Amino acid sequence: MSQPFRLNKEGLINRNKKISFTFNGKKLFGYEGDTIASALIANGIHLVGRSFKYHRPRGFFGAGVEEPNAKLQVEFNGHSEPNVNATEMELVEGLSATSQNCWPSVNFDIGAINNFLKMFFPAGFYYKTFMWPKSFWYKIYEPFIRKAAGLGVASIEKDKERYEHKFEYCDLLVTGSGPSGLASAYAAAKNGAKVILAEDKPRFGGTLLTDDVSIDNLSGKDWAEKIISELKSMPNVTVKNRSQVFGYYDHNMLVMFERVSDHLEKKSKFTPRQRLWYIRAKETILSTGSIERPIVFGNNDTPGIFLSAAAKEYMKVYGVLVGKKPLIFTNNDSAYETALEFKKNNVEPIILDTREEHSSELIDEAKSKGIDIRFSHGVIVANGYKKVKSAKIGKLNKDKNSFEKIEIVDCDCICVSGFWTPSVHLASQSGNKLKYEEKIDAFIPDKKKQHETSVGAANGSFTLEESLKHGFENGSNLSAKITETKTEISIPNVNEKKYGAHDKFWCMPLPKNENPKRFVDFQNDVSVSDIEIALREGYRSIEHVKRYTTLGMATDQGRTSNLNGLQLVSNIENKIVPEVGHTTFRPPFTPITIGTIVGREVGMEYMPTRKTPMHEWHEKNNAVFVDAGAWKRPRYYKEGNETLFEASKREAKNVRENVGICDVTTLGKIDIKGPDAAEFLNRVYTNAWMKLPIGKARYGLMLREDGIVMDDGTTTRISENHYHMTTTTAQAANVLSHLEYYLQIVWPELNVNVVSTTEQWAGAAIAGPKSRDMLSKLYPDLDVSNDALPFMGYKEADFFGVPSRIFRISFSGELAYEINVKSDHGMFMWEKMIEVGKEFGNQPYGTEALSTLRIEMGHVAGPELDGRTIPSDVSLNGLVSKKKDFIGKNSLGREAFNVESRQKIVGLIPIDRKSSIPEGSHIVQDQNAKLPNPKLGHVSSSCWSVENNNPFSLAIMKDGKNMIGKKFFAVSPLKNKSIEVEVISSHYVDPEGKRVRS
Amino acid sequence: MLYIKCPYCGLRAQKEFSYGGDATVKRPNINEEVSSEDWDNFVYMRKSPRGKHIELWQHIAGCRQWIKVQRDTATHEIFQTAKVTEEIR
Ligand SMILES: [Zn+2]
Repeated sequence: MSQPFRLNKEGLINRNKKISFTFNGKKLFGYEGDTIASALIANGIHLVGRSFKYHRPRGFFGAGVEEPNAKLQVEFNGHSEPNVNATEMELVEGLSATSQNCWPSVNFDIGAINNFLKMFFPAGFYYKTFMWPKSFWYKIYEPFIRKAAGLGVASIEKDKERYEHKFEYCDLLVTGSGPSGLASAYAAAKNGAKVILAEDKPRFGGTLLTDDVSIDNLSGKDWAEKIISELKSMPNVTVKNRSQVFGYYDHNMLVMFERVSDHLEKKSKFTPRQRLWYIRAKETILSTGSIERPIVFGNNDTPGIFLSAAAKEYMKVYGVLVGKKPLIFTNNDSAYETALEFKKNNVEPIILDTREEHSSELIDEAKSKGIDIRFSHGVIVANGYKKVKSAKIGKLNKDKNSFEKIEIVDCDCICVSGFWTPSVHLASQSGNKLKYEEKIDAFIPDKKKQHETSVGAANGSFTLEESLKHGFENGSNLSAKITETKTEISIPNVNEKKYGAHDKFWCMPLPKNENPKRFVDFQNDVSVSDIEIALREGYRSIEHVKRYTTLGMATDQGRTSNLNGLQLVSNIENKIVPEVGHTTFRPPFTPITIGTIVGREVGMEYMPTRKTPMHEWHEKNNAVFVDAGAWKRPRYYKEGNETLFEASKREAKNVRENVGICDVTTLGKIDIKGPDAAEFLNRVYTNAWMKLPIGKARYGLMLREDGIVMDDGTTTRISENHYHMTTTTAQAANVLSHLEYYLQIVWPELNVNVVSTTEQWAGAAIAGPKSRDMLSKLYPDLDVSNDALPFMGYKEADFFGVPSRIFRISFSGELAYEINVKSDHGMFMWEKMIEVGKEFGNQPYGTEALSTLRIEMGHVAGPELDGRTIPSDVSLNGLVSKKKDFIGKNSLGREAFNVESRQKIVGLIPIDRKSSIPEGSHIVQDQNAKLPNPKLGHVSSSCWSVENNNPFSLAIMKDGKNMIGKKFFAVSPLKNKSIEVEVISSHYVDPEGKRVRS
Repeated sequence: MLYIKCPYCGLRAQKEFSYGGDATVKRPNINEEVSSEDWDNFVYMRKSPRGKHIELWQHIAGCRQWIKVQRDTATHEIFQTAKVTEEIR
C-alpha cells in the first residue's frame, strides 16, 4: 500500500489518518485533508475521464475550481452525485468515484473513435451535421448526441439529505481568505464592523499556503493562521471555510454555498449537508484572487499536463508530486517557484521559458540551484496517449513564429504557466463593466457599480506587499464609514521574491506539416482550429463565436480558456483584445446542487398547509382531502369501498333529500368597518349596497377595472358601520389586496378599514330540506322560522354556550344556513352538528358533492369566472346596477362585450343521458369536420346530476341561450371522446330558486 | 433580490412585497363622466420605460401598505420610496 508519488514530509494533510476509497472499483487510500485528485495523483493515477466531444483521455489540470477535466461520478455518505470536481471534493471514508463520459471504461473507450473522425466534429457541428434529413433526428442523431453529451448521471433516488437556507446581514463581506482578504477582514473587524469572511477551500490563506513569502517574520501560512484565529475570537466576525460566494445580485445581495458536512464521515441528525446563505452586505470586498492561464500547444490536453501553480499546490498542500521528470513551460517568473519546489524535493525539472535569456531574482536563484533553464524555448507538442511520455520542444526564433531547433525530451509531466487572470466573475456579476489591463493581458474591474471593491490579485495586483496594503486600506476605510471608528493598523513587513516582466506569449506555433489538436477550452473540447473555422464562417461577435464553438460554455465557465480564446480571436481579426470584448459572466461561479437551491422547501415543507379547526374530525372519518390553495379540504368522506363518484353522488343526494353539513371555513372572510363602509361596498360591487338593512346579507359581484368578473360572495351587515364580507377560497388574498388598493390609493377619503378574518372564524354550512328542522334543534331557544330568519337573513345567537353567527345563505341551492363560531370552537360546533343531525339523516359532504350541487343549480364558480367572463356572460347581469358607478363599470360598454354572438353560459346534457362530458371539451358543430374545426365554446364544469340522474355540464358557448334546443358535439381530444350533446338552460334544477326561499 | 425601503417598516427583502404597476396612473373619478379614450388609457395603456419608473408595491408580508418606489427598470437601482400619499419627484 505504498503511494509512489507521495512526498515523505511535505504538505498539510493529516498523515495519522488514512482514508480508504475506490476509483473505478480499485481500492486505494489517501489521507485526511486530501482531495480525490491529490489522493489519485499520490497513487500515480492521472487518467480520470474522457473528453466531451472526442473522448480523448483526460487527467487533472488544476488543483481547485479552475479544473476543466476531472469531473467524476462520486458515491459517498449514501448518495451518488455526478460531475463532482475531483480537485475540490475532499476525501471521506468509503467514498467511491468513477469516471464519466466513457464506455465501457476509461481505459478503453469506444467513443474515442470520434477522435479519429474529427472531421465530423468541427465548430458548430451540432448545427451543421444534424440538420438533415429530418427523420434522422429522432432515430439517429438525438440518441447519439445524448449518449455522447452525457457527463455524469443524476440519481433517481429521493435525496434524503437535509439542505438549509440562511439569511444574513453584515457590514462587510469578504470573499476569499488570501492575503488581501485576510487583511481586509482584519482591518474591518478591528473597526468593530460586522464581518463575514468566506473561503471556498477547506484551508484559509489562499496563496499564502503555497508561496515562499514571509510576513512579520512568520511564514505566509503561519501568519494566515494567526490572523484567522484572532478573527475567530472576535464576536463581530463570522469566518466560514468550504464556502463559495457564487453570485452577486441586486442591491448588494450575495449568495454563498456552504459545504457543511460533505467532508464528514459521521454527522449529527439535523446537520445539513449544504447550506445556502443569502447575505445582504453593506460593502463587499472581492478578494477572489487569480487563476493561472495555460499556454496553448499541441496535444496540450494529455494527462500529466498541469497548470504550474497546481503542481506547486499538490506538493506544498498535499505532499504529492505530479511527476518525477517535469518540464516547466512558462512565459513568466511564477513557474520558477514551482521548479524550485520540485528541486527542493529532489526532483530535477527542466524550465522552458519563452522569453529570451535575461535575469531576475527567481531566474538567478534557479540558476544557482543548477536547474536546467532553456530560454526562447517552448513545448510544441506533447507525446503520449494516456499519459505524457515526452515532448517535442523547440527553440523559437526572434519573431517567435518558427523554430531554430526542434528536439524531443523525455518527461512525465508538463507544468505550464501563461501568466495570471484575475477572477473578476463576481465583480462582473455586480454590474461592473470590466476594463482591459494591458500590463497583465487581462480584464480587471472598472468603476464600482454596487458596493464591490476588488483587492489583491482579483484587481490585478500580483505582489504580496500591494495585496496586503490594498486589503488593509480598503477594509479599514470601507468599515470606518459604517462604524465611524478607525483603528490604526501598521502594515506588516513583507518578504517576497520580485518577479520580472512576463512574455505576452500565449500560443505555440506549429512546425510545417504538423497538425496536432491544440485545445483552448478543455471541458468543451474547443480547439484553435474550431475558433478559426468559426471566424472563417463569418462569426464576429465574441458572443456568437462562443455559442457557435461552445468556447467557455462548460461548467468551468471558461476559467482557463476565456482569455486565450479572446487572444486568438483578436489575433485573427487583427483587433486588440478590448475591442473584441469579453462574454458575460453569470452566476453561479461554480456548480451548486439543486438540493441547496431548494433548501427545506420539500415534501410537507414545500408550502404551508392550512387546516381547518375540524380537520382532525375529517381525518378520523375517512375524508379524502383535496388541495384548495394551501388549504386541505375534504373532497368526500369514503364509506366502505366507495369510489369518488359513488361517494359524492351519495353525499349530494342526501343534501337534496335530507340534510348535509359542509366545512366552509376556507372561504375568505374580510371584516369591513367604518362610517363609509356602505359607500365603499357600493363602489366595489356591481350591485346596490346603500340600502342593505342591518342583519341582512346580500350576494355581491366584483369586477376588475377591465370589466372582467373578479370574485363573488355574500356580504352581511352586522351593525351600522360593520360588514362581514366573504370571498371565494381561491381569491381571498387577492380581494383583500384589491380592497386595500382602493382604500389606500384611489379613495383615501373613505373612512373604512378592512382586515382578513378568515382564520378567526370556523364555518359550517347546513343544507337540505331538513336543515331548518336541524337548526331548530341546534338553537332551541331561537325562532328560526321563515319569517324570523328569511333567505339572506342574519342572526347572532348562542350555540350551546358559545357565541355564533347564523347566515341564511345557500351555495347548494337548497334551503341552507351557514354557522360561524370562533375558530377555537370549530370542532365543538362540528361535533354537535353531527350529534344533533343524526335524527334528520345528516351526513357531511365534501367539495365534490358541493360542486355537483352548485353545477346542477347553474351557480357559477372558478371554472366559469376564469378571468375572461363579464357578468352577462354568466347570466349575472341582473346584479349589475345601471344607476350607480362601480369598479369596472365603464369597461362594460366595450364593443366586444356587447356583440350578440358572444360566448355565454349554457347547460349541456348528453343525448344518450349516460356519457359524462369531460371538462375542457370543445363544442363543435361537426365532429368530423376538417381541421381546424371551428370551436363554438368549451365545457367549464361537469357533474352527475343527482336530481335528474344523468350527466350535466355547464359550458361557455357562442350565441349562448340562442342555441338552446340545438345539438352539438363535445369533443375532448385529450380523453379521445366525442359526445353528442343538447344545449339546455344552465339552471337545471329549481330554476325559479324556490328552495332557498322555502 | 431587491432591497426595498418600506416607509413604514424600513428596509425589507423583495420577498415581502408584491408588485403593483405604474404609480402615476390616476383612476378617473368615480361617479363622473369619462371619455372612452381616457378610460381605455387608464385601463390598458402603460409606458414601459427603460430607466426611472415610479411604481406601486404592496408590503403584503409586512404592514400591508401600498407604497411608491422609484426604480430604474434597467439597473434596479431604487432612488426613492414614499407613502402613496407623498410625492416622488
Ligand atoms: Zn411595511
